[in-house]
Amino acid sequence: MTHKTIKVGSLSRVEGEGALTVHARDGRVTGMELRIYEPPRFFEALLRGRSHTEPPDITARICGICPVAYQMSACQAVEAACGIEVSGPLRDLRLLLYYGEWIESHTLHIYLLHAPDFLGYESGVAMAADHRDLVEHGLALKKAGNELVAAIGGRPIHPVNVKVGGFYRVPTRAELAPVAERLRHARDIARETVSWVAGFDFPDVDHDYTFLALRHPDEYAILSGSIATSTGEAFAVEEWPAHVTEAQVPYSTALHARLDGEIGYLVGPMARYSLNSAQLCESARQAAADAGLGADCRNPFRSIIVRAVEVLHACEKALRIIESYTEPETPAIPFEYRATTGHGASEAPRGTLYHRYRVDIDGSIAEADIVPPTAQNQARMETDLLQLVEPRLHLPTDELAALCERAIRNYDPCISCSAHFLDLHVDAQ
Amino acid sequence: MGTRKGTAVTRSVRKRTEGVPRLAVWKFASCDGCQLTLLDCEDELLSVAAEVEIAYFLEASSAPGPGPYDLSLVEGSITTPEDLERIQHVRRVSKHLVTIGACATAGGIQALRDFGDVREFAAVVYARPGYIATLDRSTPISANVPVDFELRGCPIDKRQLLEVISAFLAGRRPVVPAHSVCVECKARGNACVMVAHGTPCLGPVTQAGCGALCPAFDRGCYGCFGPMESPNARALNKQLRALGMSTPELVRVYRTFNATAEPFRQASESAENSREADDDA
Repeated sequence: MTHKTIKVGSLSRVEGEGALTVHARDGRVTGMELRIYEPPRFFEALLRGRSHTEPPDITARICGICPVAYQMSACQAVEAACGIEVSGPLRDLRLLLYYGEWIESHTLHIYLLHAPDFLGYESGVAMAADHRDLVEHGLALKKAGNELVAAIGGRPIHPVNVKVGGFYRVPTRAELAPVAERLRHARDIARETVSWVAGFDFPDVDHDYTFLALRHPDEYAILSGSIATSTGEAFAVEEWPAHVTEAQVPYSTALHARLDGEIGYLVGPMARYSLNSAQLCESARQAAADAGLGADCRNPFRSIIVRAVEVLHACEKALRIIESYTEPETPAIPFEYRATTGHGASEAPRGTLYHRYRVDIDGSIAEADIVPPTAQNQARMETDLLQLVEPRLHLPTDELAALCERAIRNYDPCISCSAHFLDLHVDAQ
Repeated sequence: MGTRKGTAVTRSVRKRTEGVPRLAVWKFASCDGCQLTLLDCEDELLSVAAEVEIAYFLEASSAPGPGPYDLSLVEGSITTPEDLERIQHVRRVSKHLVTIGACATAGGIQALRDFGDVREFAAVVYARPGYIATLDRSTPISANVPVDFELRGCPIDKRQLLEVISAFLAGRRPVVPAHSVCVECKARGNACVMVAHGTPCLGPVTQAGCGALCPAFDRGCYGCFGPMESPNARALNKQLRALGMSTPELVRVYRTFNATAEPFRQASESAENSREADDDA
């Protein structure tokens, strides 16, 4: 064997457009390009000159799969600039909205995008031909997440009810009651989902990851917190630019992120679980233990179990919030803008999503910076692929290409997101 | 723009390959949200899949089938030289082509580059903008190839999507009203946010389809379904100014997700030039 080229022309069952090319020679991988050809949409550029009230609605349009994550990171960044913090029952409502998105997005990935790989189907719909009940369960779980987002946000994709300072209108207890009913059913499905995916056959892989995720003193961090890493680093969200930098690669419209100069750290469910699993609610911890997850998870194929555990956690937490919900007195807290810079981060389903805005003296956005999870994971995904491919170069090219595509899907990459963000090296400082 | 009322659907698409029509879903510059709407039809997805062969849908399947396709749903706008070619291919292999959402129908939020300089935009985002292949403008699909129907919304509404798919399967025109959000507000029993609370609202010039969602949440409509048929933006702008909106605010409300849809472009440009303020004075 001399030359070998493995090509995946268009990655499927991922969000957005990407391709992979691996070059090998004499048993060694000589080149690896995870090419993101998703057209750039220049959000950071078009945000300039917009009002400081607009980033939640505008940045939601970066990603139709996780618009709530964009709205939450954007709100918190602008609120930090304006010197306000949304707390108490309004914060609970934001959590509720976010749990809905975790349920919806994770379930989409588990049932329709990822599970078909383990069971040998080309799609969730094809899987339904043999496992109708199973797919219907998954769709019911996903629907419960979407309904939760819609109950608070108005609709599941690009919710209309979020604004800087809180909401336009808060839901009544009566509006949330039917959602709770469905969530109780969803919780049962979520528990079954964990045991179902735990029974899949997983390739034996163990990567030496550097994880990064938010950490919050009182909860398994989703909405806010400070940054924690598996190397013991801890820093406030405002210090993000001092730690995370990005570089452009010629073959991609996404940039590669570095943590303290080191390339290839990982964000997302595995990072969150490995750093914060002690804060999962009891039933999720129990389900994780029963599913054979230890203190951390370093096999990306098993990330499907972590997602299922997070869905169960989200169902439980959402139910608790609804049970103790009383309508906040005002839908939003008043504020005056300030001409300063604000930073915000939250845990999108795919990992830490950072926003920074500099607000000008006229209240417009002077500068915007968005670092989505998939951009942070891209370099690490390439490393994983290299480690996966090199010992298996003897396999037929088709088989290897399929394995590579599966390996990429493990990360639930959101390519729509990753193609739209600012290079921190631009003379911003 | 403006093929929305275009080709009438006269023939059934249910004639090919043993009666099973073939559906394709394509993505251009967009957020994935409109094609996700199809997967969000949790109660109907498996029924739809029983009626059509989902032959090409990369987001959902790793086994793309070859064309031709009876119905192509197209998400996203055209922003790269490669996509200029690809949309021609999509048209060639599609019997019916339906655009889904504001990007495909009006250029989307990324069409804001039309009011700026895309080279400068690229330089803001990328250290080496030379690697980035992009066009000066973000154009809707209808500016590039003939389109059989345009479904509005950022994102589209799932009931309307199911109506469009059902209509094309049955060989009839989709029933998608072109009237304003105001009609939906009345139907829903919403109090008018503009009259009752003095909240600026684009409902009077925006096409229905969302179910008057924003007013139901005590918020003014922000126009994500784009312009209704024959909107009177001049009259609305006068009212919005009376409610205290400044010229820059007025320009911005029209320049979001359907900024280059012609009536919204005109509304923002005339607000910018303050022509109507002078005319009305």
